[in-house]
Amino acid sequence: MSYMIEGSTGAWEVVIGLEVHAQVISKAKLFSGASAHFGADPNTHVSLVDAAFPGMLPVLNRECVDQAIRTGLGLNAKINLMSRFDRKNYFYADLPQGYQISQFEFPIVGEGSIEIELEDGSVKNIGITRLHLEQDAGKSIHDLTPKDTVVDLNRSGVALMEIVSEPDMRSPEEAGAYLRKIRAIVRYLGTCDGNMEEGSMRADVNVSVRKPGEDYRTRCELKNINSIRYVMQAIEIEAKRHIEIYENGGEVDQETRLFDVARGETRTMRSKENAHDYRYFPDPDLLPLIVEQSHVDHLKSTLAELPDDKRNRFQSEYGLPRYDANVLVAEQDVANFFEKVAKNRDGRMASNWVTGELFAVLNKQGLTIHESPISADALGSLLDLIADNTINGKIAKEVFEDMVETGDMPGDIVERKGLKQVTDTGAIEKVIAEILAANPDKIAQYKSGKDKLFGFFVGQVMKEMQGKANPAIVNDLLKKQLS
Amino acid sequence: MLTGMKITEAVDGLRQKKFSAEELTKAHVNAINKLNDRINAYITVTADAAIEQAKAADQKLAAGDAPALTGIPLAIKDLFCTKGVKTTAASRILENFVPPYESTVTANLLRDGAVFLGKVNLDEFAMGSGNLNSAFGAVENPWKRQGEDTFLVPGGSSGGSAAAVAAQMAMGATGTDTGGSIRQPAAYCGITGIKPTYGRCSRWGIIAYASSLDQAGPMGKSVEDCAIMLQSMAGFDPKDSTSVDKEVPDYRAACNRSLKGMKVGIPMEYRVPGLSPEIEAVWQQGINWLKEAGCEIVDVSLPHTKHGLATYYIIAPAEASSNLARYDGVRYGRRVDGASLDELYANTRGAGFGDEVKRRILMGTYVLSAGYYDAYYLRAQKVRKLINQDFMNVFDKVDVLLTPTAPTAAFAKGENQEDPVQMYLNDIFTVPASMAGVPGLALPAGLSSQGLPLGLQLLGRPFGEETLFAVGSAMEKAANFTHKPTLRAGGSL
Repeated sequence: MSYMIEGSTGAWEVVIGLEVHAQVISKAKLFSGASAHFGADPNTHVSLVDAAFPGMLPVLNRECVDQAIRTGLGLNAKINLMSRFDRKNYFYADLPQGYQISQFEFPIVGEGSIEIELEDGSVKNIGITRLHLEQDAGKSIHDLTPKDTVVDLNRSGVALMEIVSEPDMRSPEEAGAYLRKIRAIVRYLGTCDGNMEEGSMRADVNVSVRKPGEDYRTRCELKNINSIRYVMQAIEIEAKRHIEIYENGGEVDQETRLFDVARGETRTMRSKENAHDYRYFPDPDLLPLIVEQSHVDHLKSTLAELPDDKRNRFQSEYGLPRYDANVLVAEQDVANFFEKVAKNRDGRMASNWVTGELFAVLNKQGLTIHESPISADALGSLLDLIADNTINGKIAKEVFEDMVETGDMPGDIVERKGLKQVTDTGAIEKVIAEILAANPDKIAQYKSGKDKLFGFFVGQVMKEMQGKANPAIVNDLLKKQLS
Repeated sequence: MLTGMKITEAVDGLRQKKFSAEELTKAHVNAINKLNDRINAYITVTADAAIEQAKAADQKLAAGDAPALTGIPLAIKDLFCTKGVKTTAASRILENFVPPYESTVTANLLRDGAVFLGKVNLDEFAMGSGNLNSAFGAVENPWKRQGEDTFLVPGGSSGGSAAAVAAQMAMGATGTDTGGSIRQPAAYCGITGIKPTYGRCSRWGIIAYASSLDQAGPMGKSVEDCAIMLQSMAGFDPKDSTSVDKEVPDYRAACNRSLKGMKVGIPMEYRVPGLSPEIEAVWQQGINWLKEAGCEIVDVSLPHTKHGLATYYIIAPAEASSNLARYDGVRYGRRVDGASLDELYANTRGAGFGDEVKRRILMGTYVLSAGYYDAYYLRAQKVRKLINQDFMNVFDKVDVLLTPTAPTAAFAKGENQEDPVQMYLNDIFTVPASMAGVPGLALPAGLSSQGLPLGLQLLGRPFGEETLFAVGSAMEKAANFTHKPTLRAGGSL
């Protein structure tokens, strides 16, 4: 059932479009040689171009262009072989040139689409309108001194990709799934690190509501939201605000708004009357950007594997169910970890251990896959010990817990604790004989049709052997003895 | 007189040890000391540094590894950023700005041994045709109407450059030309100047007025002097995305080329109503000289010429309104504080910019505004394409065009000043070539009845500078323009 918000006049549909600003991974800025590295001391990564000194000119960084093309290919989008840089004019203290160089009329990437997957397993296509390159502004800091605003220009001129979606999303969940998918794609491609909390990925959210079947109503733009959770919250809050206005007989004004996380509300940032007139025009300092098709083809042929492709491959190569494969590919590092574990081993078993035991430990300890206390190699050798019958699955869990605690290799743990599985039929037969001898009444019950007691016998044998008996052999021998 | 020499003569004289670079520079410093209070060509004089450079030049000359311009004292338009030397654009907003970098063009000149005497006056941010819009005061044209002492303008925006060269306060000067700012002052001051093809000289480090039109070029006492200077100034610069990666030919050698069989176009649209009969006569004289030199004269048409000026006054201010946004008082230059950021902007820019700059920022902002963009800016861009096409069409038929440089001789301070549009008309012959990006050379061809220089203009194909130097040299010989202005080093002042 699709997401609707129930108002006093009935159900409302929410219409959402997103503009994602993704900072390009590149050594240098979009139009200057200054470093684009995050986290340096204020105003240490600023060239004369970034500070807009007189007579300074922009020179396009081709690596940023390639990153935009790669991203466009990842969004299944059209790459425009001719694009153009325009100036977006406005005054602000952290915008040294007095204009931002952007691509207004002719973006480098045109229409595309991506698939998102929802909790109920359904799949939806979200249209991409365009992707364009633009400069980031600097940072104004208003609370460092009581009276003054200070400006850090380190980010001034850093390359951003603005990825604009069609208004195709209908729920906070879809918006969240879309953002996660965009983030996965850019991370896979190495074109943006996707770290929203550091601000290297931010979203402007366009929200409107309507009665099912209606045309679009007026939208509001929520600026600069830096977490997926906040985006989802903001959509719901903003949609409810619209509904309340409409249901009270009012009209929504088209405006730019801010989402105040602490107060859980949105408020006006700029009304339509105060909207900037950006006076876009082609930047005369830069020539039109021409890209050769052969270059696009080359980038395509060397493109990293995308999340969807990896999922499909995991399904076919490792026999994983789609859901499990999706869980594994959501983050590239997890997918890589999994593949290291699964290589030349049972893929489903590897997937179960990674998404089961390992994820449980990581969640519990609040760790990323990078910080995993168990390496892919170590987990792999644990799986090997199961596969070659050195230990059984149950013992493996015990070994796993020991690995988490001690960091020891599973082989050493098995050795140290003497957990090696018993496959000696003689030894097992001996224990079976003892168990059967001690439980004549249970044998009688079993033979009179109480099949479930078979498990009791298995359990008793395993218990007697501290879990180390090979379960398959125990089963076989028990069946023989009881028949 | 050392200051009376051309660069070509000085280059030889230095190598023949007839005089030293130090003597040559000191002679010019003396001329500046004597004349600048009156002419106001220089905003900043760097005499001490110049003499040091000259001494270094003498050592290079003595060592025998001296590049072409070694020891040649030049004036630099104060629009070129010069490392460690105040660069003002003749604006209050940059009155104390000292760039920590050297523009590519001036760096090229320094590489080739030139000595910089200082920074010369201009219209604020290169906006003007009379050098009357300078925060550092007007520049007086060294030329006088016969029997008068009226203050005549040197033209603009490179008025300081032109006046400095004409008054022998520099052997040559750099200029910039956006709509005629090299060629028109060259004409008014009786010197030679060339606006090269757009993209020939790097714009890096030149304070921008209108980026798609701005182009640096030399101003000098002869065609050959300009050729020597341009040789050094021109060249590809990876720091300017609009600079063109094309080898710089031997311009000085081109000055001696034969004109046999060359076709010279005379565009009929340049016979505008109100063209002074004296200018028309000089134009005809130029046609005759070129005929005698073996050229074929062809009447041609550039049908969109009449839209040139209107188009220019949309595109140039549009770009300027954006280019000048960076002068906001936040990072460098003049700041006038205010209670809010917006007030700081308004106070800073209100106090820092002169009237003409404000006028052009307003015009530019207007033509780019929502609702007006299509009617003005977009349409102007289309007309610009047509103007460009006009030139490309005629250059299929002819090698070069001959036109007047300006519709009148130098005018007096006070004339043309009431109506900005009247002032803009000074650029009517120079603007179309700027719009098309083609090169234009202005040179003196005769005197008016009042004794003022009158100039002619040669326009060439893109990167056809060699042809301009060849035709210009021939005309220069024929014109034999040896008149000198009243105010000059060694003159009566």
